[in-house]
Amino acid sequence: MTAPESGEDDHEAVDTPSNSSLSPAIDVEGIEASFGEESVLDGVDATVEPGELVGLVGPNGAGKTTLLRTISGALTPESGTVRVASDDEERRLEDVQALSSAASSRRIAVVPQTTTLSFSFSVRQLVEMGRHPHRSRFQAPSAEDRDLVDAAMERTRTARFADRSIEDVSGGERQRILLARAIAQDAPVLLLDEPTANLDLHHAVETMTLARELVETDGAAALAAIHDLELAARFCDRILVLAGGEIVANGAPEAVLKRDVLAAAFDARIAVEPSPIDGGVTVRALDDPEIDHRVHVVGGGEPAAAAIGRLGEAGADCSLGPVPEGDRAVSTAEAFDGTTVTTVRFGGIDAATRERATELAADADVVLLAAERIGGDGDPWLDVIDATDAPVVRLTDATVGAAGPDADADSENSSGDEAPPWLGRAPTTDLDSLPGAVDAIAGKSGDSGEWRGEAESADESQESDALADATLADGGVDDGEEDGR
Amino acid sequence: MHAHRRAATYSTGLFVVLLATIVASAGIGSVDVPPADVAAALVNQIAIPTSFGVTTSAIGVPFVDATLPMPTPTVGFYEPFSLAVASTDETIVVDIRLPRVLLAATVGCGLAAAGTVMQGLFRNPLADPSIIGVSTGAAVGAVAVITLPVFAAWLLEPMAFLMGLLTAFGVYWIATQNGRTPVATLLLAGVAVQALLGAATSYLLITSGDSMEKVVFWLMGNLHAAQWPDLRYTLPIVLLGTLALWAFAADLNVLVLGEEDAHHLGVEVERTKRILLGLATVVTAAGVAVAGVIGFVGLIVPHVLRLLVGPDHRVLLPTSALAGGAFLVAADAISRTTPEAIPVGIVTAVAGGPFFLYLLREREVHGL
Repeated sequence: MTAPESGEDDHEAVDTPSNSSLSPAIDVEGIEASFGEESVLDGVDATVEPGELVGLVGPNGAGKTTLLRTISGALTPESGTVRVASDDEERRLEDVQALSSAASSRRIAVVPQTTTLSFSFSVRQLVEMGRHPHRSRFQAPSAEDRDLVDAAMERTRTARFADRSIEDVSGGERQRILLARAIAQDAPVLLLDEPTANLDLHHAVETMTLARELVETDGAAALAAIHDLELAARFCDRILVLAGGEIVANGAPEAVLKRDVLAAAFDARIAVEPSPIDGGVTVRALDDPEIDHRVHVVGGGEPAAAAIGRLGEAGADCSLGPVPEGDRAVSTAEAFDGTTVTTVRFGGIDAATRERATELAADADVVLLAAERIGGDGDPWLDVIDATDAPVVRLTDATVGAAGPDADADSENSSGDEAPPWLGRAPTTDLDSLPGAVDAIAGKSGDSGEWRGEAESADESQESDALADATLADGGVDDGEEDGR
Repeated sequence: MHAHRRAATYSTGLFVVLLATIVASAGIGSVDVPPADVAAALVNQIAIPTSFGVTTSAIGVPFVDATLPMPTPTVGFYEPFSLAVASTDETIVVDIRLPRVLLAATVGCGLAAAGTVMQGLFRNPLADPSIIGVSTGAAVGAVAVITLPVFAAWLLEPMAFLMGLLTAFGVYWIATQNGRTPVATLLLAGVAVQALLGAATSYLLITSGDSMEKVVFWLMGNLHAAQWPDLRYTLPIVLLGTLALWAFAADLNVLVLGEEDAHHLGVEVERTKRILLGLATVVTAAGVAVAGVIGFVGLIVPHVLRLLVGPDHRVLLPTSALAGGAFLVAADAISRTTPEAIPVGIVTAVAGGPFFLYLLREREVHGL
């Protein structure tokens, strides 16, 4: 929440930040609304403070627009109250339903979702309509009206096509014009219904920047229904998640835009990852799950990150570890809400950490080996795999041998570190066919112990070594490997 | 200020056009009167009230041998002009043609103003003054008076006026639910009620026998019987109604954006709709009651003026009204001078239809 900058604007300077923060500009209590039999809002409480841009997110049909319409007074709720601050310095809260249309329009400016406008008002005429609630029927526009209209058009950079017909401007320009109209309306509360729908990325950012500016310099209280979660995270002070007719989450973007919160609200599989570019987040909706296995990933770096991303998108529930903290794969695992076991970088691994990783691996349907190289005896990764009964899948680029740059590429057997016997049984696959490979082996094994048991009962251990070489060279899922049975 | 200045400029210009059309039209007929003489005759009618008084006269009370004092207001007029005009010309212009011409002007004004409002209110380029059934209702009333012997002839205009209002109110009432009147419902209810009343009119028409010709003429525009008394109610109703509509021009502008937007911009939507529908209905009914059903004026004139002056109703409404008046005066002049005295409704349709189609083809008219 940003307090209005005093001195920025003479009549705003009266609002001391303390005064503003004492009472909200919008106070919504227990709103219930329904269309016919279907309940849309089921007890919504929310507040928006002056100087705050609050994003309202939620799936289609969650009632975002209904909530905005209730707040603006366009819709009468079945129960509950919406109170909005007055446009004078006292900021008295009054019930929106009790206000006349003109009085509520002096308090609340609404930026509607862009629709096709089929009339030929000029841009200036449309912006001038923002002054309508301030004028009496027989009053000509005052100098103040004209100044506010001019200023609003300057600010939104719509002045240069002021005389053009509204039909002849682009979608992005139209959105700015509607925003200009809201600015000219000079109301302390701003409601925006999908202000960035139909806008390309550039115009969406521009529109949100302008809304941000209104909130910061004018001390407006803004509530914006936004379907673009990344824009919401980037520009809003606070985010309300509306789902199933209720506010299911309310807080700072980083606190609210969590995978579990969003997955529940949107009833979808979603990946949330911090975005390194602007400090926001990257939110990705995923396809319906292809597989639903628990996979424990052993490995790190780019291969593990890619594998977790691929498996996570496919619907697998991934865990990771042990892995050095800050490893590339850790943030990917967290984006998919996977458990990770991390070790202090360069600090080695203690028994407890190893134990936790082993437990995760033991719990998994499949263990995936995803590393460029793993060491021989004593490598915690190998230890973790050795300690579990789960079937193992290998990503093609993993080579086994002594860790370190001086280890020869073909030293798997000759380096003295004997490759573990299960290694040869583990099918290898590339990234694309990874979910299929996991599904195949998890489905085949049914009971993981059986797979492992079979592998160990196969007495042709040399053969299995030879097979390991073959499958490494082969790539892809190699069902032929299973002929050890 | 911008819009107000434009409204004043355009309105003044169109008012001059209207006056010129009136003068020209009043000069045309079986006896041609030069425009200068028409103007002089009109100027001679200007009377400035100078003195007001009350004279008390005694009137006899029936069945009782007594008198009662009856106060009667008297107004003294000063007639500043007495320009030289041939007295037959002055009689023709003032007593015969002027009522008809002024009635055409008044009805044209009213229809065009009401049409402008209906198009804005319904956000529909097809809307016209009788979209909620005013004309159809008035027609049933008028045709009933003409064809059914139970009605005295003087009831024609009051019946037409009342039936027009009643029909519009009925349509509004049918379309209103929970205090809301969606314009789409209003439109459909209007269409259905018009179909119903059209059937009633048709039935009355085929059973009308001898009066059929009179009915047909009324249904196609009925200015030929105009006399000064017809203007007594119509002129003030149309004038005041149009001015009242103009007062809501800014609200109408906002309503065109859509009702939700209008609510957010301080318009009391349902109340404003009610007022605008009511005023437009009264204005239309007052015109139709004396002039019969005259189509096209209320549909085409607003579209043409929207092309010329733009969509701002503060400018569009008064200019449409004045242009509508001028258009109907001109159409009526043509109607009067045709050998068969073709009803004015046919003239407006023949003149307006092709012109409107031309505008449509040129993509000049494509919406509101």
